[in-house]
Amino acid sequence: MEVTRDAFRGIRLGGKLRVDITGYLFISPWLIGFLVFTLGPFLFSFYLGFTQWELLSPPEWVGLANYQRLLVDEKFRVSLYNTGFYALFHVPGLVILSFLLAVLLNNQVKGRAIFRTLFYIPSIVPAVASALLWVWILHPQFGLLNVGLRFLGIEGPNWLGSTRWVKPSIVLMSFWSIGNTVIIYLAGLQSIPQSLYDAAEVDGANGWNKLLHVTVPMVTPTIFFSTVMGVIGSLQVFTAAYVLTEGGPGYASYFYVLYLYFTGFRWFNMSYASVLAWVLFLLTLTLTLIQLRISNRWVYYEAALE
Amino acid sequence: MNQRQYIHTTAFDRQNLAFSRLLRVKRFGARSLIYALLVVGSAMYSVPFFWMVTTSLKTMGDILRFPPVWIPIPPRLQNYLAVWDVLPFNRFLANTAVLTGLSTLGALLSCSVVAFGFARLRFRGRDFFFTLLLATMMLPSQVTLIPQFALFRWLGWLNSLKPLIVPAFFGNAFYIFLLRQFFLGLPRELDEAALIDGAGTFDIFWRVILPLAKPALSTVAIFSFIFNWNDFFRPLIYLTTPDKMTLAVGLQLLRGRHGGDYNILMAGSTLAILPVMVVFFFTQKTFVQGIALTGLKG
Repeated sequence: MEVTRDAFRGIRLGGKLRVDITGYLFISPWLIGFLVFTLGPFLFSFYLGFTQWELLSPPEWVGLANYQRLLVDEKFRVSLYNTGFYALFHVPGLVILSFLLAVLLNNQVKGRAIFRTLFYIPSIVPAVASALLWVWILHPQFGLLNVGLRFLGIEGPNWLGSTRWVKPSIVLMSFWSIGNTVIIYLAGLQSIPQSLYDAAEVDGANGWNKLLHVTVPMVTPTIFFSTVMGVIGSLQVFTAAYVLTEGGPGYASYFYVLYLYFTGFRWFNMSYASVLAWVLFLLTLTLTLIQLRISNRWVYYEAALE
Repeated sequence: MNQRQYIHTTAFDRQNLAFSRLLRVKRFGARSLIYALLVVGSAMYSVPFFWMVTTSLKTMGDILRFPPVWIPIPPRLQNYLAVWDVLPFNRFLANTAVLTGLSTLGALLSCSVVAFGFARLRFRGRDFFFTLLLATMMLPSQVTLIPQFALFRWLGWLNSLKPLIVPAFFGNAFYIFLLRQFFLGLPRELDEAALIDGAGTFDIFWRVILPLAKPALSTVAIFSFIFNWNDFFRPLIYLTTPDKMTLAVGLQLLRGRHGGDYNILMAGSTLAILPVMVVFFFTQKTFVQGIALTGLKG
């Protein structure tokens, strides 16, 4: 009896183990990559935050010195402020503009595909090429924007050279590349069942009502998704600032990741850069969790009700 | 309608007709407004390209002029040649092509294998690891940046494409997620039929599931292409001499050499954008489907 039971268990163990091994074999590329390129570095950068390391000699333990430096670091504060400013204007603008464009594109008009393409293409352009283009567009005398304004009788400012206008310029620039998000909203809009609109019409809703009371609620999951992704992306704004202004004029466009990059790869202060990276991570995590928490109150999931 | 028809209508009918005519006019008005907005909007989004190309064909004299010269005649193609003079553009193109090609290959191979594991195989810890995978998508890349740099430096891989290509063979959370969703949608009967025919797990993967995954694989390939072609941050960190640089990094060198020569800058930008445009035109449908996929599940 015992032997049989053990033998049976043995076979079952063998079977399950085999399945396990196969499974792990299949995901091993990711698993190995995760350990080597993600988890390992993640933990190591935490460790680095407590050291002083400039690549030339081995890291030297300094305890909380780097974190103390953070508290008095002006550039840290300025870069956080600049990044926050950018996020504050970029994310709502992104959501509203993408939604509106998607609503426009969702109509059955002729040449709809062409319009969609035109709005989408700028988002696949290399960021560097786009930045160079915008340097030229924002040129104070002969750039497209100021030339256009001059025709309207307005004398535009030195967009990238003014501490007042450089951040708004970069925000404006970012709206050129929202094509990705527009498509996501389009998909969201197209998944709204027509029956809801028909029901609303029966209740006497006009176009505006339908938009406000059917479209918007049904699209809240998409809004949530794009907001979360938008915030995460905004915190990491880099290329535009690097190519356009390198943080200037003064520190007006000195964004957080730009500061991180300079710290680690211009001044080679690897340990302090790690601290900056960890602060970014914690900030991102906190903001994402907060958004997740609040989402229950305003995001409407059709599936949840069924 | 003629008089005979009119006699047979009731007041109710007539009012109905008038109302629907009004609706039609209203709908037409709304339609026109939408169309106008679309035209204006898309024009605003396209004008920068037009501006870029015309600038690239002008002389500096034409550029620094108001009112602007809208279309340069004759177009000055030497600007494009000038780009080649200043920068080793061929090297940039070659490096970018190698980076993009190999990374995409690596992504396709590794992500499909991993996605199959998560989608089709049952093993202990599967859901835990999948959640972990999803969590890594939220991790800012800057957190792992410095130690990765240190690792590659220790390996002697700095100033080469290796730090950029090798990780691609170890999977990418986003593509794995996409492919897994796709695999989950494939009917299990196919697996079972293959099993009955005596196929091993890998056979099922390679011969049954993968061939059916062409749409999803194309989407991943295109995303990977665009990402790697346009990637700026990572090449900036790892590639330090011009002969190793990719298009993205090399292009901004142009600003150092020709800072004020906007015509040459625009020529460089146009050259950098062209390949991506071409790829897009040939693969539009897959593109848009792919983007939609990412948002729906979010």
